[in-house]
Amino acid sequence: MNKKVFQDAKSALFDVKDGMTLIVGGFGLCGIPENCIATLRDMNVKNLTCVSNNAGVDDFGLGQLLQQRQVKKMISSYVGENALFEKLYMNGELELEFCPQGTLAERIRAGGAGIAGFYTPTGVGTLVAEGKEIKTFDGREYVLERGIKGDFAFVKAWKGDKFGNLIFRKTARNFNPMAATAGKITVVEVEELVEIGELDPDQIHTPGVYVQRIFKGSGYEKRIEQRTIQKD
Amino acid sequence: MPLTREQIAQRIAQEVEDGYCVNLGIGIPTLVANYIPKQKAVMLQSENGLLGMGPFPKEKDVDADLVNAGKQTVTALPGASFFSSADSFAMIRGGHIDLTVLGAMEVDESGSIANWMVPGKMIKGMGGAMDLVAGARNVIVAMQHTDKEGNSKLRTKCTLPLTGVKCIKKIVSDFGVIEVTPQGFVLTEYAPDLTPEKVLAATEGKMTIAPNCKAMTF
Repeated sequence: MNKKVFQDAKSALFDVKDGMTLIVGGFGLCGIPENCIATLRDMNVKNLTCVSNNAGVDDFGLGQLLQQRQVKKMISSYVGENALFEKLYMNGELELEFCPQGTLAERIRAGGAGIAGFYTPTGVGTLVAEGKEIKTFDGREYVLERGIKGDFAFVKAWKGDKFGNLIFRKTARNFNPMAATAGKITVVEVEELVEIGELDPDQIHTPGVYVQRIFKGSGYEKRIEQRTIQKD
Repeated sequence: MPLTREQIAQRIAQEVEDGYCVNLGIGIPTLVANYIPKQKAVMLQSENGLLGMGPFPKEKDVDADLVNAGKQTVTALPGASFFSSADSFAMIRGGHIDLTVLGAMEVDESGSIANWMVPGKMIKGMGGAMDLVAGARNVIVAMQHTDKEGNSKLRTKCTLPLTGVKCIKKIVSDFGVIEVTPQGFVLTEYAPDLTPEKVLAATEGKMTIAPNCKAMTF
């Protein structure tokens, strides 16, 4: 019996609780788990710590959770498209841990790979290295950064099978493969859910072992932040 | 007249060599792509997970799943590849990207750069900039030489929170081309209607004029 397949986001997210740490895939609004975020909004779970490169825009993506004051803390690299975020942060209503984008990707990767921490040259001598161990290797300084794990990870993939094998599409891949590895419970929403055996094993980006729950998403808006076009 | 944004980009494009993999930041750096000669085989990297970035799409080819690091819709050229953010920054940190071009609020005479935060005013975040300046083999900054009040943005020491320490080798500002050396800024080229002395006078950090310093031509 297949225990991974769920009907929809509502059934897959039934046990998300207040105060949890959530790792959320996506870059800007590209490749975000739209169905999961909408459900988190509707469930109105609170005091969340969200680990995500960005915080969406005011009325879409994780911005929806900010609007309802569901987020206690964000760990992100860039929150510049979100005026509400800036306001909440300035008012002290929201905690923020800035983490360089590559360090964030690696921290999530490490969390999922059983690596407690790693030394990176990124951020040495800046605010992000304050209070952290600095070590010199071959004459260059590196800062110790910790791996991150989430109570849940929410991932958006293009195609997935019922074992949870995943294929991402174009730059919608971004943080999703790392996020998939780093959730105690990883929930994946896909545009296309297929039978086991239908995906070519050589083409799989994320093996299903990392995935605990998968469902076919619906109503994808796929909003574009900067619609830039070449004139004919 | 100081250089236009386009002229800054045009000059930086001369630094791009055949076979390079290049990461271009948001703003003036993005314009550099328009001036790289077609005969040079250059792969543009976008740190969200694309190597081989092409121009903006035609209306019919717009794809929400294909954006650059500025969240703009783009295209992928023949030979392009998509990858995760972890792989993308492995390329960057691991020194596999030949050149990074990015903007700055301040650069100081030791080559330290600040471009991500103005305390109490602008809270946006560093994005990939700290990784890029720490990892790329060569980092060039495209920036305005002075702020709106005429204060030098090429400082003795950065006043804003740093993005990276001693990592900038070259600056192309609207006033000229400046190399960052152990002896401070060295002016090697200046904007057509300026003089080296005028650039010097507009610069706070320690600057010398290269013996072969020349006027730029466009």
